[in-house]
Amino acid sequence: MATPVKVHGPPMSTAVSRVLACLLEKNVDFQLISVNMAKGEHKKPEFLKIQPFGQVPAFEDGGVSLFESRAICRYICEKYADKGNKGLYGTNPLAKASIEQWLEAEGQSFSPPSSVLVFQLAFAPRMKIKQDQVVIKQNEEKLSRVLDIYDKRLGETRFLAGDEFTLADLSHLPNTQYLVGVSGKGELFTSRKNVGRWWNEISSRDSWKKVVDMQKSSA
Amino acid sequence: MIIRVVTSNKVYNLRPSPSFVESESKSPFTIMAAIKVHGSPFSTATARVLATLYEKEVEFEFVPVDMRAGDHKNESFLSFNPFGQVPGFEHGDLKLFESRAITKYVANEYAEKGTELVFGDSKKKAIIGVWMEVEAHQFDPVATKLTWELAAKPAFSMGATDKAVVEENEAKLAKLLDVYECRLAESKYLGCESFTLVDLHHLPGIHYLMGTEIKKLFDSRPHVSAWIADITSRPAWSKVLAMQKQK
Repeated sequence: MATPVKVHGPPMSTAVSRVLACLLEKNVDFQLISVNMAKGEHKKPEFLKIQPFGQVPAFEDGGVSLFESRAICRYICEKYADKGNKGLYGTNPLAKASIEQWLEAEGQSFSPPSSVLVFQLAFAPRMKIKQDQVVIKQNEEKLSRVLDIYDKRLGETRFLAGDEFTLADLSHLPNTQYLVGVSGKGELFTSRKNVGRWWNEISSRDSWKKVVDMQKSSA
Repeated sequence: MIIRVVTSNKVYNLRPSPSFVESESKSPFTIMAAIKVHGSPFSTATARVLATLYEKEVEFEFVPVDMRAGDHKNESFLSFNPFGQVPGFEHGDLKLFESRAITKYVANEYAEKGTELVFGDSKKKAIIGVWMEVEAHQFDPVATKLTWELAAKPAFSMGATDKAVVEENEAKLAKLLDVYECRLAESKYLGCESFTLVDLHHLPGIHYLMGTEIKKLFDSRPHVSAWIADITSRPAWSKVLAMQKQK
């Protein structure tokens, strides 16, 4: 049996959970190695060797050491193409181009405002940091505009890149999970008919339910 | 061998079909649909795509989008990019947006043409992939903010430079470039020993920053400085700069 791949970082980190969701979709065995961020473990020299920016996750698969969650996901999909969900990263160049387009849209348009909101609404209170209402309002407006575009797209296709669930949809799971869980902000998604339908569908996948369980049991 | 056929409303580039005898097609030629890029050569995202097309020596038609007139927000452009951002890209019936998705598509579609920009075994590709994400998520946001404050605002009289934003982002960029300096001490280019999309994706952002006080951050790091001198002197990049000068 192959050595399980290693993922360094806490499941509650959005970037770590992105990688976990991908591994579960692809049925790839993994070992989760905890990183105590409250104690600054991710900024220590041993960790910086595998992630020079001091961020989670870091990832190891035999002699391959990687970071940046979306790069890790792409690697998993290519290396383990025949395992689990075979269509996750497309099975032909045109499908892949569409997935890449929406994966980039997630990274460049969806992630910036949603990440700020996740920090302000979910993490800042836990870390006893004061919330910035101006920043929350600005980013809620930005995210609303992005979700209007998503709602139109998801009226034309079942998922973002086409009619199958792909890495592009998966990449949205972590931030959306936090925002839907915070009172008042779930409406951003559920009040938009197609976005609401899409969220229900992608978040009820077994792989994502397992990630949410991991987050709950490590809290 | 490429034969270019220009009709009243379409341009066809034809190449001989690989196995004419076995193919079902009656034609000895495969039609290669034209590539069109909609955007502005001054837009960093558009420049990224143009640089890739020049590196791959692929013919394309450039369709200027008048951003000052707001053309990128009108209905016809939104059909190329629903986010109303340049560039938009067409290859036959395929439409794509997001520059980094487009460059990957071009690099893979034309793998045998021009400069090799994506290659290697699974490990090498993965490492190249890591540094592409670093450019997209660490370098670009900081570079964009600094360029906006130090170059765009003065050039377009759009208000005073926000010194606090400059200071904050300059500090972030300095830390980032320290990591780049270490990386480039062990690898000739960011992704691997050869020039790849990783390095190319940085070109538009670096170009603007080199025209501001931020240049000192690059010059003071020898490996970063040598890398910049190398990648900015590539003929394909000079062609993109020539397009900027035309306007």
